[in-house]
Amino acid sequence: MSINNRILSDFENNNVEFITTVPCKQLAGVIDVIDNSEKIFHIPSNKEDEGMGLCAGAYMGGKRSAIIMQNTAIGVTINTLATLIQYYHFPLPMLISYRGELGEPVACQVEMAIHTKALLQQMNIPTYHFHHPDDVQEFDAILKHTFMCNKPTAILTDASFWNKANNQEGAA
Amino acid sequence: MIRSDILKTLIPVISDKLVVCNIGLPSQELHMLDDQPSNFYMLGTMGLSSSIGLGLALAQKDQVIAIDGDGSVLTNFGTLPTIANNVADNFILLIIDNGSYGSTGDQPTYAGKKTSLAAVAKACGCDNVVECRAEQTADALQAALESHKMTIIVSKCESGNIPVPVITMDPVVIAHRFMNEVKTRN
Repeated sequence: MSINNRILSDFENNNVEFITTVPCKQLAGVIDVIDNSEKIFHIPSNKEDEGMGLCAGAYMGGKRSAIIMQNTAIGVTINTLATLIQYYHFPLPMLISYRGELGEPVACQVEMAIHTKALLQQMNIPTYHFHHPDDVQEFDAILKHTFMCNKPTAILTDASFWNKANNQEGAA
Repeated sequence: MIRSDILKTLIPVISDKLVVCNIGLPSQELHMLDDQPSNFYMLGTMGLSSSIGLGLALAQKDQVIAIDGDGSVLTNFGTLPTIANNVADNFILLIIDNGSYGSTGDQPTYAGKKTSLAAVAKACGCDNVVECRAEQTADALQAALESHKMTIIVSKCESGNIPVPVITMDPVVIAHRFMNEVKTRN
């Protein structure tokens, strides 16, 4: 199973039915399979804090929700995370493209990468870093954990994770 | 009429509806006038009332009214294309447009100057956009509910505030009782 389909099936098996996305090159494949899923309502948002509002509403409407975004969005969403998601105890898995790590061609991406983990730690957000393709094995447990504890969680997926996963698929 | 006058006229229309209410004085006024488990009060996060309301409307069947302000819509302008392109006919966005940031001391907004939120909503692709005067708001909202079409209402009113107590209810309690209410309707 491809890494994108693995992530999709973990979302589906955990009854995540509402996903909002702000795109990233690294996440294009997973956004595609989510968009094609019959079990998941995919709603692109224009900004990540808007997306978190959509997710909060959907969750109150009885649908488990998730957001897919870049790590630059941590800078955009601190207030929303604190005063909406954390304040009202809404669970929110955040599948995040961790730009600015090894292999990054765009220097400016490093500027937010160096703040990403520090900001998540400051916000007391449980954070998981997928660096090797095998790390995806934990995704199912992370989703279960998120909906158990009603917190936002961050899954940082870096270029090594995506490149190695895609190379493995290419070789297979 | 100022916002609190409009809210008073809306109570008979919205009392038994799912309402997502904007941060600050709008939520405090609604809470004081007619606290209901079907009301979701935003205690923070300026700008997201319309987004929360749309997410809620897309996720379940009951009608949802998001009460927003001109300042809040201006701060989350990206919401209007998202609403236009994800039609939920059980969703009504009511923008009470007093041309000012009421909760922070009535500083003027651009919606009170050259910018028309109704024109922006239409340009974003929203199909049913109604602009009305303050005193017409309850009728416009009732008509929108009966139409079962996603509708954006822009209610033009005067700026001004009344003294209201802050909401001391715990956010988790607000969400919990609201979610229970949603569950009973689906």
